[in-house]
Amino acid sequence: MTLFERSAKELQAEIKAGNLSIADLTKEAYERIAKLDGDVQAFLASNEEKATAQAAEMDKVPFEKRGPLFGLPIGVKDNIVTEGLETTCASKILEGFMPIYDATVVNKLREAGMITVGKLNMDEFAMGSSNENSYYKTTKNPWNLNHVPGGSSGASAAAVAAGEVPFSLGSDTGGSIRQPAAYCGVVGMKPTYGRVSRFGLVAFASSLDQIGPITRNVEDNALLLEAIAGLDPNDSTSANVEVPNYAAALTGDVKGLRIAVPKEFLGEGVGEAARQSVLAALEVLKGLGATVEEVSLPHSKYALAAYYILSSSEASSNLSRFDGIRYGFRAENVTNLMDLYKETRAQGFGDEVKRRIMLGTYSLSAGTYDAYYKKAQQARTLIKADYDKVFEDFDVIIGPTAPTPAFKIGENVDDPMTMYANDILTIPMNLAGVPAISIPCGFENGLPLGLQIIGKYFDEATIYRVAHAFEQATEFHKEVPQMWEGK
Amino acid sequence: MAKLTKEEVKHVANLARLAITEEEAEKFAEQLGKITDFAEQLNELDTTNVEPTTHVLPLVNVMREDVAVKGLDREVMMLNVKEQEDGQVKVPAIM
Repeated sequence: MTLFERSAKELQAEIKAGNLSIADLTKEAYERIAKLDGDVQAFLASNEEKATAQAAEMDKVPFEKRGPLFGLPIGVKDNIVTEGLETTCASKILEGFMPIYDATVVNKLREAGMITVGKLNMDEFAMGSSNENSYYKTTKNPWNLNHVPGGSSGASAAAVAAGEVPFSLGSDTGGSIRQPAAYCGVVGMKPTYGRVSRFGLVAFASSLDQIGPITRNVEDNALLLEAIAGLDPNDSTSANVEVPNYAAALTGDVKGLRIAVPKEFLGEGVGEAARQSVLAALEVLKGLGATVEEVSLPHSKYALAAYYILSSSEASSNLSRFDGIRYGFRAENVTNLMDLYKETRAQGFGDEVKRRIMLGTYSLSAGTYDAYYKKAQQARTLIKADYDKVFEDFDVIIGPTAPTPAFKIGENVDDPMTMYANDILTIPMNLAGVPAISIPCGFENGLPLGLQIIGKYFDEATIYRVAHAFEQATEFHKEVPQMWEGK
Repeated sequence: MAKLTKEEVKHVANLARLAITEEEAEKFAEQLGKITDFAEQLNELDTTNVEPTTHVLPLVNVMREDVAVKGLDREVMMLNVKEQEDGQVKVPAIM
C-alpha cells in the first residue's frame, strides 16, 4: 500500500499530527515511481532534484499559512509548459524543448503549495485515445498491463491509478481526461470551457481544449479544480465567472435532483456492462432521492464527424508554429527554407498528427470549406442547442463515459475510425462546452468502468455534489489495482 | 464528395508544409478518404439558417488597459533556438 491511498484531507491531518512530513510525501512519490513506472511507463521528465529541495523548504512553513493542497505531489501532463522542465507533448518535434515560462495552472499549483513531481506521457499533441501515439513510450493500464490507459491524458490517469502520485493534471479536447479516468478507475473532470486558463497549454483545438484535474476521489478533485480555476488576463477565453468553494458543495444531498438520461447514450455501440453499470448507478442516485427521466439529444450521432473536422482544422492552424526555426527538432541536410519546414515537420510529427493536420488543411481549403468546416460548425450549433434544451428542465445529464472498458494495446492502431469511436460519448460535451466528470462505477473483467455526469455551464459544483453522493454510497473508488499490493 | 486522390493528398501536404513520399500519399489517401466518407453524414443535417458556432461562450473583443508590461528577455527567448548568430535566428537560404 501507499501513503497516497489517503485523501488530501487525511494527508494534511497526518502532517499536522507530526506523523508525516512533506519531504516524506515527495520521497514516497519518487519511490513509487522507481518501483512501478518500469511497468506503467507514465513519466517522461522527472523534477526530483528541485521537488526534493522544495519539499524540505515547505516543511518549514507554519501550518496557518498552508492551504488544503499544501505540500502534496502532483504530476503534470506534458502539453502544459513548465519553466526549466522539458515539455515535449510526447512529440519528437519538441524533443529537448525547455519552456521559458510556466503555464498559468502551474503558477496556480505553486501558489497552492503543490509540488510538481514530473511530466506525464500522452498521445502526441493530445491526438489519440490510447497513449500509443506517444513518440517516447506506451503507457500501460495499471489494472492490466496488456491494456491501454486511454488517452490522450492516459499517463495522467495511470499515474494516479498506480498510486505514483495522488494528483495529476490532464487536458480534454474530446474526452482526453474523462476516457482515461474511466479506463483507469479514477476521477477526472473536464471543466466548462473557459473555467481554467489555457495559457501555457500547448494548443491542439483552441475552441475545445480545457485543462482539468485527475484524482482518486471526488473531494480531492474539487479541491484541485478550485486551485486552478479562474479568470486569467493571459487567456482571453478564460471566463470572468466567480470560482465557488467546490468542496463546500459536497453535502451528500441529492434529494429532488433532476437527472436526465439520454437514450442515445445507452443505445447502439455501448457495451452491456457499461450500460448495466450506469443503470445500477441511477438506482443508487434514485435511492438517495434523485429523479431520473429519459431524454433525447438527437444530434449526438453527428458529434464525432463534426469534432474531427473542427478539431483537426484548428490543429492544422495551431501546429503550424512547429517549423524547426525557434525551438524543438530541426531537420538537417536541407538546402533551403521551404525544405527545412517540410522535412522538420515530416520527420518531427507522427502519423496521427500528420493525418489530422492534413484533414484540417483539407477541410479549410477553398472548395471544401463550406462542405466540411462550416457544415461542422453548424452541426456544433445544433449539438449545443440539444444540451441547452435538456438543461432547461434538468440539473445533470448522466451516461457512461466510454462504450467499453480499456481495450488491448495494439488492438485499434491500424484503423483510425475505430480508434476515434472510443470518444463518441465524451466528444459532444467539448462541442457544447459544458463540464463533465468521470467517476468509477463498476468493472468488467477486472477493468474499470466510468460514470459520466454532465452539468450546466459553470455548474461544476452540482456535478461534484452528485459525484460525491454516489461515491459515498458505493465502494468502487476503494478498489485499487493489484500492483498496489505486491511487487 | 469523392474519395481523396493521391494527388489531392500531395497538394494538401504541400499546403501543410509536410514532405510526403509516394507510399505515404497512398496510405493517407485511403485513411483520409475513410474519415471524409464518415464526415459525409453531416449532409443529412438541414442547416438552413443555422449559425455556425466558432466558440461556446458569449465573449466578444476581450480588451485590457493599454499599459506596457515587461516582456520576456531576449536572451531567454533565444535559449531554444538551434541555430543563431549575434542574437538572431539563423535559417537556410530562402531561395
